[in-house]
Amino acid sequence: MVSSTSLIATLQQMLHYQFMQNAFLIGTIIAIIGGILGYIVILRRTTFAAHAYSEIGFAGATGALLLNTNILFGALAGSILGGLAIAVLGNRAKYRDVEIGSVLALALGVGYLFTTLYTGNDAQTAVNILFGDILGVSTAQIITTIVIGVIVLATLVVVYRPLLFASLDEDVAEAKGMHTVLLGGVFMVLLAAAVSVSILVTGVLLIFALMVIPAATAVRLTKKPTYAMLLSVVIALFATWSGLVIAYFVSWPVSFFIVTIVFVLYILVRIIKGSGNLAAVTSAA
Amino acid sequence: MQPVVEAKDLASGYNGKATWQNANFSVRKGEFVAVIGPNGAGKTTLFRMLLGLQKPLKGKLTLFGEEPRRGNRKIGYVPQRHTIDNDTNIECIELVSLALSWNRWGFNPFSKGEKEAAYKILKDVGAEELAHKSLAELSGGELQRIYLAEALVGDPDMLLLDEPLSNLDMKRTKDLVSLMSNVVRARKVTTFLVAHDINPLIHFLDKVIYIANGRVATGTAEEVLTSKRLTELYGTPVEVLRDSKGHILVHTLYDLEDYHEGKKHGL
Repeated sequence: MVSSTSLIATLQQMLHYQFMQNAFLIGTIIAIIGGILGYIVILRRTTFAAHAYSEIGFAGATGALLLNTNILFGALAGSILGGLAIAVLGNRAKYRDVEIGSVLALALGVGYLFTTLYTGNDAQTAVNILFGDILGVSTAQIITTIVIGVIVLATLVVVYRPLLFASLDEDVAEAKGMHTVLLGGVFMVLLAAAVSVSILVTGVLLIFALMVIPAATAVRLTKKPTYAMLLSVVIALFATWSGLVIAYFVSWPVSFFIVTIVFVLYILVRIIKGSGNLAAVTSAA
Repeated sequence: MQPVVEAKDLASGYNGKATWQNANFSVRKGEFVAVIGPNGAGKTTLFRMLLGLQKPLKGKLTLFGEEPRRGNRKIGYVPQRHTIDNDTNIECIELVSLALSWNRWGFNPFSKGEKEAAYKILKDVGAEELAHKSLAELSGGELQRIYLAEALVGDPDMLLLDEPLSNLDMKRTKDLVSLMSNVVRARKVTTFLVAHDINPLIHFLDKVIYIANGRVATGTAEEVLTSKRLTELYGTPVEVLRDSKGHILVHTLYDLEDYHEGKKHGL
């Protein structure tokens, strides 16, 4: 059995590695952004769009590989363009599964083409973009993520109340003279930016792990928006940190552990809250 | 006294095509008006014009003596298709407080004044015990109370309520109508209410705007809900039947010839 002192020693040793420090840093930033934005994504029912931005980001990121630039910028450009494309395809596009699905299918196809054309022909790079590579982030990527994270959070702080109301009750917000389309556009850009940096941790395909599932769990536990965002961040942080620690001992992918932890928490909460509701219904009847 | 809303030869529609036309009515402060008509007749369009979200196709519409404009703080609005649904796990007080202070920028908690105003409105609509309940837990009638509070919280001079009575059972419809009527009278707030059934409202109304078949009939309930007026409106013979309490049934008249005509075609 491992004694507690040796466990602490092992963890201290783990944190001596530069790549582990980088991983904890970037994971922390992304858990915070994802946890907070995820709440508004759930409120606006744009989870599918969030997934689409990420897959469009895949085309952008693999395009960046071809051009030999930072994949983060490629993902960012891709997801913002994709968001605009979805917006152009249909008013209130967030409810349009067919339009969003069509755009993301095209984006995945283009991304696959770029991967094949990529001269390095390095399949591992594509896999890293698809499923995340938190242990391989560069210092440049961390700096970009911090900058993007600060911009996203600062914007969110400014537009918090109007955005929350417009997300909750769009028709009334529009009638009150709020520029709901503009505000929706601002949120789309914030989301696209957040999704792009999250790709580094969870990859394109596991974007729900930090962007949706923690918030979906939190809304089942509290009726207050600020508490829900806080709780969502706590869940995302717990999953990210635990995932990193477990992956240090077991050499399975970090993003697998992160998505599994948030999923198990989500299911547990659904079971507990679900049976609670059932009890309430039965006792009322 | 200057009317709160005035329509002169008003027509609504899109791309030059009228949905309805030649509407003439004026509504005074504190009046309770029902907008009645079949689905797709253009009842919600009238609301969109009052909210400044759509321009009249023809004619003139004035609100508080001026052209309707978007973002008018004097209007409280309850839309028909609320984006809030059963999955929205947010407590009622939060929605009502947000409706009051949605235009404050920055991340900050609600002020004491905002909270007090929100609680007071919930009390006024008899929903104080719902303050900390989640929107997702509410029944249809409870939700409508909260929406009414959301619309009233800025202390508007006018209320636009789009189909608040749809999907409610008879008991809840009755309760909500008497609550709304009390609110209208106590606050002297001019209220337009869209409904497809006028009967639950009939004894509470000051005016009726009946939209059907591209035409608009307006006046008191007694004036509008007659066989003659509705026959003109629908452009086909109808008869208005009344029960002992004054509720009505609008009934299409088929001539015997219509039946014979049908028989010829094997119907």
